[in-house]
Amino acid sequence: MNKKVLSIVKRYQADKTRLLDMLWEIQRQYDYIPHGAILTLADELNLSVNDIRETSSFYHFFHMRPAGKHRFYLSNTVIARMNGYQQVLMALEQATGATLGSMDVSGTFGVYDTACIGLSDQEPAMLIDDVVFTRLTVDKVQWIIAQLQQGYSAAEIANPQQLPTHSIAYVDQLVETHICQAGPVFFQQETDYHRLLQQCLTHDPDAVIKTVLNARLQGLGGAGFSTGEKWRLCRETASQTKYVIGNADEGEPGTYKDRALLIRSPKEVFLGMIIAAWAIGAAQGILYLRAEYIYLKQFLETELQQLREAGLLGRHILGREDFSFDIRIQMGAGAYICGDESALLESCEGKRGTPRVKPPFPAQQGYLGMPTTVNNVETLAAVTRLMEKGAAWYAGLGFATSAGSRLVSVSGDCARPGIYEVEWGLTLNQLLEQVGAVEPWAIQVSGPSGECVAVELSGERRFGYDDLVCNGSLMIFNRSRDLLDIVHQFMQFFVTESCGICTPCRVGNVELRQKIERIIAGKGCQQDLDDLLSWGEIIRRTSRCGLGATSPNPILTTLAQFNQLYQAKLIASQGTLLPSFDVKAALQGHEQARIKVMQIESEPSKEVVK
Amino acid sequence: MTNSHKKTLFSHDLPATPMDPALQASRDQKIKVAMIGLCGCWGCTLSLLDMDEALIGLLDKVTILRSSLTDIKRIRQRCAIGFIEGGVANEENIETLKEYREHCDILISVGACAIWGGVPAMRNEVELSSCLEEAYVDSITAVANAIPTIPYHEDIPRITTKVYPCHEVVKMDYFIPGCPPDGGTILKVLDDLVNGREFDLPTTMNRYD
Amino acid sequence: MSIQITLDGRPVSTQAGANLVDVAAEHGVYIPTLCYLKGKPCLGTCRICSVSVNGRIAAACTVSVSDGMIVAVDEPALADMRKALIEMLFIEGNHNCPSCEKSGRCDLQAVGYDVGMLVPRFPYRFTPHQREVGAERIWLERDRCIFCQRCVDYIHDQHSGQKIFTIKGRGSNARIEIDKTLADQMSAEQVREAAELCPVGCIIEKGVGFNRPIGERKFEIKSVRQRALEDDV
Repeated sequence: MNKKVLSIVKRYQADKTRLLDMLWEIQRQYDYIPHGAILTLADELNLSVNDIRETSSFYHFFHMRPAGKHRFYLSNTVIARMNGYQQVLMALEQATGATLGSMDVSGTFGVYDTACIGLSDQEPAMLIDDVVFTRLTVDKVQWIIAQLQQGYSAAEIANPQQLPTHSIAYVDQLVETHICQAGPVFFQQETDYHRLLQQCLTHDPDAVIKTVLNARLQGLGGAGFSTGEKWRLCRETASQTKYVIGNADEGEPGTYKDRALLIRSPKEVFLGMIIAAWAIGAAQGILYLRAEYIYLKQFLETELQQLREAGLLGRHILGREDFSFDIRIQMGAGAYICGDESALLESCEGKRGTPRVKPPFPAQQGYLGMPTTVNNVETLAAVTRLMEKGAAWYAGLGFATSAGSRLVSVSGDCARPGIYEVEWGLTLNQLLEQVGAVEPWAIQVSGPSGECVAVELSGERRFGYDDLVCNGSLMIFNRSRDLLDIVHQFMQFFVTESCGICTPCRVGNVELRQKIERIIAGKGCQQDLDDLLSWGEIIRRTSRCGLGATSPNPILTTLAQFNQLYQAKLIASQGTLLPSFDVKAALQGHEQARIKVMQIESEPSKEVVK
Repeated sequence: MTNSHKKTLFSHDLPATPMDPALQASRDQKIKVAMIGLCGCWGCTLSLLDMDEALIGLLDKVTILRSSLTDIKRIRQRCAIGFIEGGVANEENIETLKEYREHCDILISVGACAIWGGVPAMRNEVELSSCLEEAYVDSITAVANAIPTIPYHEDIPRITTKVYPCHEVVKMDYFIPGCPPDGGTILKVLDDLVNGREFDLPTTMNRYD
Repeated sequence: MSIQITLDGRPVSTQAGANLVDVAAEHGVYIPTLCYLKGKPCLGTCRICSVSVNGRIAAACTVSVSDGMIVAVDEPALADMRKALIEMLFIEGNHNCPSCEKSGRCDLQAVGYDVGMLVPRFPYRFTPHQREVGAERIWLERDRCIFCQRCVDYIHDQHSGQKIFTIKGRGSNARIEIDKTLADQMSAEQVREAAELCPVGCIIEKGVGFNRPIGERKFEIKSVRQRALEDDV
C-alpha cells in the first residue's frame, strides 16, 4: 500500500494543496481511504494524521472505513421524492442487501444518500462509481444490480457501446440535456472563439473590464455582485500572481443549468475564464467541478486541450508573449458549502471547505493568498457572449435594474422540465405558462436558500434583482404536495450541509428543524411560530456566510406566504401542561426499559457473558 | 398515577387541626408563598431556609403555605408565588408540577435541576434501560444469586424517559439559577415580587454553579 | 491614521484598521467575545460579538474600523441576538457548571452572566459525547467544546508545526480531536497554554482540577466585562 500511496504523493509533488486529489486517488485505489494510507500521506506532507482527517471527514464522498466496492449515492431531493425515490430506495436496499448509509455484509454494495446531484429534470437519479444513472425505476435498479453482480462495472453498464469517455456522445448517453428555451445570451453555437479572443486581446485589460461594467453584468451564481467590479478590484491589486476560478460547484437543490452549460457550451465558459485572466492579469485558472459531475471531467479536459491546440489557452495565447494562461480542473468531494467562493478557495487549497472571514475578499487575498476572481460558470459564459455582441447589446436586455438574462433550471409539477433562458423582467406566471406548469400552487424560487412563493400571491412578480431574484433553480409544486414536509426536508438539507464553523448556523438550524418537526407532529402552538420567526431572523443575520444567512428561508418564506398551513397544525394548550410536552413519550420509556432489561436478564447466555 | 379508584390517603389529604380563626384571618390577608421540591437534592430548598432572620421582615406580608419543613407537595388553594426546586424525573413530578401550576399565579424555577435538569439529568445522555440495569441489576449492592428485579408497581411512580426542566413541562415565569442559589438571591426575588417590583436578578447574583 | 467612528451614538477617535472589539473596549463599550483573542488572527467562529456596523450585523472581531463607520452595540435587539448565540452554545453541549473544573474561570459562563442568561430559550439537547482521555496530560471533555477553534489554530507542535487539535466531521456532527502522540510531546507550558486558551472546560490539564476555592476564581475576582474594559485578560 505504502508504495502506491507514495507514487500518488509523488505525482502531486507532495503538494498539500492537492490533498483532495490525492484522497480521491487513494479512494479509487482502495474503495475507501485506509488508515495506513493516511499515515503515509501525513508523513510525506508533514501534516498530522488528524489534520488529514480534518479535511477528509469534511467531504461526504470520502469514506474512512470500507464503504462497499460499488457505492451508490441516491439523490434525495424533494423532486426525487415526488418521482418515486422511496420505491427506488427500497428496491436498492432489497437488491443490494445494504441499508441506507451502510454497505452489505459482503462489502460489495454501499447505499448512501446524497443531496441534489444536478439532475432534477430526470430524477430519481444516482451516482455509482463515477457514472450516473437517471430516471430510475424499481426495474432499472434491479437490472443494474444484477449486471453488477454478474461482474460488469458500473461504467460498462452505463456505457454499453463503450463510447470514449471524453466524447460528448458519452456524456449524452449518461444524462439528458433539455434546453427548452435558449437565447439571446446562452447556447448560441455560432461563436468564432478564435476571432472573439483576438478581438478581446486588442483591447487593454482596463477596456475589457469597462465593457463588462458597461454591460452591467451581475454574478449569476446567486449573490449578484457586479462582475466588472469584481475584476476591477482584482486588477487593481499590486500582486504579480493572480488567479481566475470558475465556480462549477452547482449545489443548490434543483439547479442544473451549469451542467447544461458545461455540456453544451464548455468553450464559452472557458473563454470567459481566459477573458477574465486577461482582464485581471492571471496566469493560472481553476475550474472547481463538483464531484457529482465527475462524468464530465474527461470531456471538459478534452475541450481544454482543444483550446490549447488552437492557441487559445496555455503559453503565449494567440502568439502574445505577454499573455499565458492555463486552466486545471479541481474536483470537489461533496459539500454544498463549497459553492461559497471563499469556501471553494479553501477547498482548492486542499482543506476543509470552510468559508473564510471577510474581509479580506478573494479579490484581495484569494487562492493561496493571492488576488483571485471567482466567477460562476454561467457568468463566465455570459462574459463571452457580451464580449462578442458588445456591452450595449447586453445592457439592453432585461430592464433598468437587471441587465441581461439568466438560465433557470425548471423541475417539479410541469409538462416540460428543463433549462429556460429568462430575460430579466419576465413574470413568474409567464414562465409557468411556458414550462407547462400543472396547477402550480407553490414555487420554490432559487432552491431552499431562496424563497417559496404562492402563485396566487406572487404570480405577477417579475424576475429581476429588485424583485424575484433567481439563482437558477425553480421547483414547481401543485396542491397535492406536502409543503411543510418539503420545508422540513430543506431544513434537513441545511443541517447536513452546514460546515459548522459558526454558532448560529451549526446550532440554530438544528433548532429550527426540530421546531418544524414539532409543528408537523401537531404539538406546536403559536409560541412555536413566534420562535421560528425570531430564531430564523437571528440565524439569518448573525451567520458567517451565505449558507446560514439563507438557511431559515424555507421557514420564513412559507410562514409569510403559506401561514394557514402552519396555523392548521397548531393545537391549543389543554390545561397547564405545555402542548409540546409529550406525556406519553415521557412515561413509556420506563416500561420499555424495564422489559428490555428483564429480557436481557432472562437470556441464559447472560451469566456466561458476565 | 391517579388514585380515584383506590383508597389512598395522600399527605395533603390528612386531617389537620383547624387553625385559630384569628390566625387564619391574618394569614388570609397575606401573600401566599410556597416552595416544593421535585427531583433535586434539597439544596435549593435549604437556600430558602438560609434567608434566616431576613425572612422575618417579610412575614408581615407573606405566609408560607408549603416548604421543606412538611414536604407536602400538593396545594389546594390559590398561591401567589410558587418556588420549585428540582426537575421532572418521574410521573409524580409531572402531576405535582401540573397541579402547582394550576394553583400558583407566579411560578419560579430555582436552581440547576429545575432549570435544566441538573445532576439527575446526567442520565439523559444514556438510555433509561442502562440506568435501571446499573441501579438494580449490575449494582455492587445487588444481592448475589437473587433474581434481579426492576421495581414496578402502580404505587411507585414511573420514572420518566428523560429528566425534563420544569419549563419544558409547564410554563414557568421566572428562573433563579445556581446550584444552589444563595438564600440572599431568593430573598431578593421574593422581596421584589412581594413589594410589586419587577423580577430582576443582577449579574452579580446570577451563578450557574 | 486617525479616524472617527460613531460608537453607540458617540463620536470616537481611533486608528484606522484597529479591531472593533478593542476600539469599543478602549472607549468603555464592552462587546462579549469567546473565540477572539487580542493579538491573534481573527477566527470569527462564535459570533457572540455581533453588533451593527453601518446598519448591518457583523461579528465585531472581524471588523477593522474605518472612517465614518457607525457602530451600535448597546441596543436591546442586538443584545438579545448575542444572548441567543450564547444560549445556543449552552444547549448544544452539556455545560454542567456545578461539576466543571473550569467553573468560575470559564469564558462561556462569564459571558452568560454578563448578558444575563438565566435559562436558554432553546431546549437542552443532552447529546452524549465521548470524552478523550488517551493523552498523557490532556483530557478532552467534549461535552463542553464550543468549536471556537482557538486550539486548532493557535496550538501547533513546536517542532513540526503540525496541528495538535483538529476538527473531525462537519456541521452538527463535528467534534474536536487531539493528536495523542503530538500532545504527549507538548511542553508543560504548552499544555497549560492550551488549557488556558480553551474558553470552556474542554481542554483540561490532568491532575489540575478544582484548585481554586469558590469566591477566589478568575471571574469572581474580576468580571469578564471589567477585565475586557481594563485590558486585563
